[in-house]
Amino acid sequence: MTDPRTPGEPGTDRRASELHGAESHSPESQVTDTPDGQRRILTPGTPNPRREFLRSAALFTATAGALGGGLELLTRRPGVGSAEAQAADPFSRAVRPLGPYDTDEKVTPYQQATTYNNFYEFGTDKSDPARLAGSLKTRPWTVRIDGEVRKPMTVDIDTLQSWFPLEDRIYRMRCVEGWSMVMPWLGFPLAALIRRLEPTGKAKYVQFTALLDPKQFPGQRQPVLKWPYVEGLRLDEALHPLAFMAVGLHGRALPGQNGAPLRLVVPWKYGFKNIKSVVRITLTEKQPQTTWALAAPQEYGFYANVNPAVPHPRWSQATERRIGEVGRRKTLPFNGYADEVAGLYRGMDLRKNF
Amino acid sequence: MTRPAAPPARRPAARLGWLVPAVTLGGLLPVAVLILDALSGALGANPIQRATLQTGLLTLALLVLSLACTPLRLLTGWTWPARIRKTLGLLAFGYAALHFLIYLFDHGFDLTLMTEDVLKRPFITAGFTALLLLVPLALTSTPRAVRRLGFQRWTRLHQLSYVAVSLGALHYYWGVKQDHTPPLIYAAVIATLFLIRLLKRRPARPARQAGSRPAKP
Repeated sequence: MTDPRTPGEPGTDRRASELHGAESHSPESQVTDTPDGQRRILTPGTPNPRREFLRSAALFTATAGALGGGLELLTRRPGVGSAEAQAADPFSRAVRPLGPYDTDEKVTPYQQATTYNNFYEFGTDKSDPARLAGSLKTRPWTVRIDGEVRKPMTVDIDTLQSWFPLEDRIYRMRCVEGWSMVMPWLGFPLAALIRRLEPTGKAKYVQFTALLDPKQFPGQRQPVLKWPYVEGLRLDEALHPLAFMAVGLHGRALPGQNGAPLRLVVPWKYGFKNIKSVVRITLTEKQPQTTWALAAPQEYGFYANVNPAVPHPRWSQATERRIGEVGRRKTLPFNGYADEVAGLYRGMDLRKNF
Repeated sequence: MTRPAAPPARRPAARLGWLVPAVTLGGLLPVAVLILDALSGALGANPIQRATLQTGLLTLALLVLSLACTPLRLLTGWTWPARIRKTLGLLAFGYAALHFLIYLFDHGFDLTLMTEDVLKRPFITAGFTALLLLVPLALTSTPRAVRRLGFQRWTRLHQLSYVAVSLGALHYYWGVKQDHTPPLIYAAVIATLFLIRLLKRRPARPARQAGSRPAKP
């Protein structure tokens, strides 16, 4: 605020000199800006008060608007959709009794589950996927199956889907960023698919690869991550009855922003393990190099089991916000599925294998 | 103070009364929009997270703008940037306080949880330190404080703003999951502003050196 040359009152000199200049007859002050001969000539140097007021008002509005608008442009990232849209919710709990793996917690409304997504193939903002998913063509779609299987093949998504009866699963989903949802998926157990593929004796891991196509996935034009997105599970994890391949959500086909037409769901792991828009499933002998573990190995591990006791290096994992709630809830080990899956990791140091 | 280049800057002092109110109003506009967004559901599925992010970004943007005033004056000779520097700085402090309040609200005003976060998470430590550094600057933003402290000491104290904004940018950098471009842009702008200030601080000395150098060989 203060001018370094004039400690105390900023700009005092200047203001005084300008005022002085206005009173004395500088060459400039003799120029009058009266329009035609309508009025008498103004006193030299005295501004037309009306004009001055209009000019100041215009500059005031323009400046306030420019600063406010500029700040909005820089910082505001409006979400998609509005509160009204949340009213229509296609999924109804009453349709069927809960299965053994379902949670009875309140399901996240369709509107929220489909407008708040991490799907960097569309962009890094949570609203990018919902906004841009229209560019993803989910039919025709094939899935390549290869690696340590008896019969490698490329199969059409509709054929693949027809191999299994579709099931509902209501799972918790916990993002590594500290928020969670309850998602009513539609799909089939991953174990059923793996068994059908007849893995060879060498198969130890399952690797999933997502679609690579910058035309459909604008986010892939930026090297934010190493594309295509790759995820993987140990074979025994993949064969666990909770591991699921989803093709639908809320009783309808999976929207593009949620990973259409085929995505992985492993509810006891952080959300980024749930690879979306899968085009290839490979059984491997070696542990797959997964995308986030490659991007930041000190922050994201291969296992990525939800664990409140192991903080992310930059933030705590002890609590989470359930989308739609105001406060925070405590995060549970294995996202509340410890009874089912803790046995998979017996004897392992989960701090090391985070 | 009679300058040959007078015509474009005629009577700025007498005619700039609108400037500070305009900056104040423009700077507060995002608060109104944020409230409207919150009421209309436009903050999306995780409104608290969005509000936290936006108030943080507003703090950073306004801090950078306030720090751009002096370099702009040094480069152009304009005096109006000096008139809005304090307003921009105070707006930045207001948004920083709001950002912190939303964070506290998000954690149920649980001070033990906050203390643990501040001590254990470098990301939170950086942001919290930046906020603490802004407090004495906001408190000494009046002309009276300048007089009381003396200009030299006041200036030295307010050099903390560069530390605060750098910590703010670091806080932003550590907070994002992967796309580091936006925080790096802020960091580059801050570095540029700092550099201009360093280069322009003593205009007499470099000029003399530049003048003496060609004579040597």
